[in-house]
Amino acid sequence: MRRFTGLILLLVLVAFLVWGVQLIHPFGYPDTSDMDDYIIQNAQEETGSNNVVASVVFDYRGFDTLGEATILFTAVTGVLLVLRASKRREEGP
Amino acid sequence: MLSKIVRTVTNEFMPFILVFGFYIIAHGHLTPGGGFQGGAVIVSGVVMLLVAFNHQEVKQVLRERTLSIMESTGALIFIALAFAGIGAAFFYNFLVGTPIFGRIPPTGPNPGDFWTGGVIPLMNLAVGLKVIAGLSAVVLAMAIFSSGEEVEE
Repeated sequence: MRRFTGLILLLVLVAFLVWGVQLIHPFGYPDTSDMDDYIIQNAQEETGSNNVVASVVFDYRGFDTLGEATILFTAVTGVLLVLRASKRREEGP
Repeated sequence: MLSKIVRTVTNEFMPFILVFGFYIIAHGHLTPGGGFQGGAVIVSGVVMLLVAFNHQEVKQVLRERTLSIMESTGALIFIALAFAGIGAAFFYNFLVGTPIFGRIPPTGPNPGDFWTGGVIPLMNLAVGLKVIAGLSAVVLAMAIFSSGEEVEE
């Protein structure tokens, strides 16, 4: 019975996935490309950077990079905290 | 500690890895790459040092206190550069057109000029410093922890 339910769920999941894949519009042709066109046309003049990706990451979407740096900081803090805490617990009473 | 061959090759390769990583960080506004990627390249060199040598020897060069100061410095430079353009907007590129990294390249494909990009190269350097220090601290802490020794403050 459990196996039968699992099979049904799997079929439903596969059907939804196939349906979703068929609804994706063609690769490389976004629905609205105003922002892309603006950045490609003006990034070199506005930010002076030849690498448009870098100009997006550090200028147009700089706030996102700030969050990325914060994630890195949190990850480092967490790793050091966990490794130290588990060490201390082993030696505790 | 691995054999003498591995240690010698590591010693010979380390400067090249450092130079390549700093090249990727410094040219982040011209070629693919940037602070995160170049920092990861340099930390791969640190991992190679950890594999080839003992972590005790690496620990004497890379102290955790120095690493934490480096990471904080990188984060502070990044935030300071972001706030420096607050007159127009947060993360405004205020250095474009000024004598510092201020040249403007022609639109379209061109060979590129290092002295361009405004705050982008400086932010790449700050983020690179942050990534080098942070990931090195993580890798070093994991190496020390897996060896079963006390993690130093």
